[in-house]
Amino acid sequence: MTMQPHESSDLDQPGGQPFLQEAEPPALPEFRPPTGPAARPSDARVPLVEMRDIYVAFGGVHAVEGVSVDLHAGEVVGLVGGNGAGKSTLIRTLSGAHSADSGQILINGQPVEIKNPRDAKALGIETIYQTLALADNIDAAGNVFLGRELSSRLGSLDDAAMEAATRSVMGRLNPRFRNFKTPVKSLSGGQRQSVAIARAVHFNAKILIMDEPTAALGPAETAQVRDLVTQLKEEGIGIFLISHDIHDVYDLSDRISVMLQGKLVDTVVKDRVTKDEILAMIIMGKKPGEVTQTELAELHS
Amino acid sequence: MSEATTAPPTATGEPRGRSWRSVLQALELDTRMLGMIGALAVIWLFFNLLSGGAFLTPRNLWNLSVQSASIAIMATGMVLIIVSRNIDLSVGSMLGFLGYTMAMVQVNWLPNVLGVSYHEWYIWVIAIAVGLALGAVIGTFTGFIISYGGVPSFIVTLGGLLVWRGLIFRYAQGQTLAPLNETFQLFGGGPKGSLGDVFSWILGLLACAGIVYTLIAGRRRKRRYGFPARPLWAEAAVGVVGCAAVLAAVWIANSYTWPEALATQYAQAHGITEPPGGLIIPTGIAIPVVVMLGVGLVMTYIATRRRFGRYVYAIGGNPDAAELGGINVRRTIMMTFTLMGILAAISAVVQTARLNAAVTGLGTQNELDVIAAAVIGGTSFAGGIGTIPGAILGAVVMQSLRSGMLLLNVDSPTQDIVVGVVLVAAVGFDSYLRRRAG
Repeated sequence: MTMQPHESSDLDQPGGQPFLQEAEPPALPEFRPPTGPAARPSDARVPLVEMRDIYVAFGGVHAVEGVSVDLHAGEVVGLVGGNGAGKSTLIRTLSGAHSADSGQILINGQPVEIKNPRDAKALGIETIYQTLALADNIDAAGNVFLGRELSSRLGSLDDAAMEAATRSVMGRLNPRFRNFKTPVKSLSGGQRQSVAIARAVHFNAKILIMDEPTAALGPAETAQVRDLVTQLKEEGIGIFLISHDIHDVYDLSDRISVMLQGKLVDTVVKDRVTKDEILAMIIMGKKPGEVTQTELAELHS
Repeated sequence: MSEATTAPPTATGEPRGRSWRSVLQALELDTRMLGMIGALAVIWLFFNLLSGGAFLTPRNLWNLSVQSASIAIMATGMVLIIVSRNIDLSVGSMLGFLGYTMAMVQVNWLPNVLGVSYHEWYIWVIAIAVGLALGAVIGTFTGFIISYGGVPSFIVTLGGLLVWRGLIFRYAQGQTLAPLNETFQLFGGGPKGSLGDVFSWILGLLACAGIVYTLIAGRRRKRRYGFPARPLWAEAAVGVVGCAAVLAAVWIANSYTWPEALATQYAQAHGITEPPGGLIIPTGIAIPVVVMLGVGLVMTYIATRRRFGRYVYAIGGNPDAAELGGINVRRTIMMTFTLMGILAAISAVVQTARLNAAVTGLGTQNELDVIAAAVIGGTSFAGGIGTIPGAILGAVVMQSLRSGMLLLNVDSPTQDIVVGVVLVAAVGFDSYLRRRAG
């Protein structure tokens, strides 16, 4: 949890996150910055991303209602919830895929306006969408550089330079990747995923959003993505991992934010809670302190 | 041999033996394009056989090239529109409207308003400039309604089809405008509107130099990044065949000589005494064909080497991905229609110049020929797939069918039936191949 009292005073952010205190005053002391192995010195700094009190509605349906989450450099935050919990909608406001009706987004403490994907990318926010968002008829390099093509002085596309860059980033991500000339339509699920990831990491992302990154992958490819997340984290990139399945993100996450029906249930430090407690948050919307042993037992029945 | 045919494609692109498959692989040629050229060859031979050798004559091939030019020019733009999952049904009416306006500028407005005769040398420049600008404006307007107004392109351009044609009738009142400026007329082709032998050869040699330069530059670029390049023999084969095809085309165009009467007229006008057997003047490549080739080159460059073209294909492949990639989808779509308007203006120049007149029915049903050319040329209505050279070839295939049947005295309704059947069959066959290829 970022919204610690000492933190706001340290950094002189008046009015910092009163909403959270309102929402869950008793929970706060329980989730101070971790002191265990997962503790990070960065916790005392300004968060890399802060999304405050975000509201999104689609034609009267409130998809996201007053949700606040944050992310530090070198940290992985798992954003979990069932289908329709609003996690993808929330995070798409950060990607620029659609805009929030109200709320504030701060990057390194500075309020920013993200109106479209270009704005997000300019701020170093890269997204790997669940659908991968690849143009099937274009080759790997064309997709990696989609919207950010390299060109010569006269403005002609420099396909050779783009292919060379793609080969080099692929060499790091998926050394067995060979099909640089074919449209990505003909690639396997894992290879397509590699292309989507290459696009996100090639441009020196500071903030990476991965929406269900392993949903369509086999065990070997999933392991590859996990290694990558660990590696990127060590490089100081902040990562939002979105999943409907806690098992996908539990091991990788430092903190986990749980959403239910468009609202944030809570954000917890992973090392302080059990998987079952998170499951209770996802399914029943009950925070770890509120849930009874009987209820936890019922989860497994 | 058997090993070579079963060998998987090698990453280095080197041929493993001399089987057809490996040779084709090494050449890195577009098999779909080769298939189309093959189909065209079959059509040509078929008509030549049935017409007793009347099809494959310099005269007929030259005519074919001129007749294909106008549709081919517009088909290059239609490719981008269909690739981005739209359609333009208004190109025929737009062409008529633009052609009529350009004729009006020459015949009425400039002479009446400024008091200059349509003979003045600069008239054609003004007329064409007005046509191109108006084409761009109309196209942009159409595209604006489609991408920012959210009205489907089918509806907007169906409306355009009616509106532009209606406007011609409203301000033409059935009038035919003629004659047109002499220089303007050259864009329509004809013996005078052609390059002649010397310039045709020069153009041919320039094209060969271009082919060789492209091959060398491409090879150098691959070397620089350490990518596998084609084997040298393959590069040489592509270069030699390409140049041979270009020079053969020039030779055929030059083999078509001016009609006797025109040559005699020319001789008298220039005080040349005609040799026995008449003055032989090679016609060379027609100017509308030069325009078409220029348009094809520029459009291919735009489609494959510019951001705009890449975006058009990306939008066609996956509009959401394009949007999420930060592409301004609406503006890109609008610009494809701007381009289409400009190309319709160029085709309008060719058609009015060829008739040496603007008639109210100019360009009627051209939209169907243009769409058919693009589709026969491999453009997919599913979006994202289609090439400019393919569309040009598609226009030539369409025109070959029509001109071949004309040569065989097939009546016009039967021609339509055949063209219709071929269109559906070609697309059906193409999608069958695509499905099989996965």
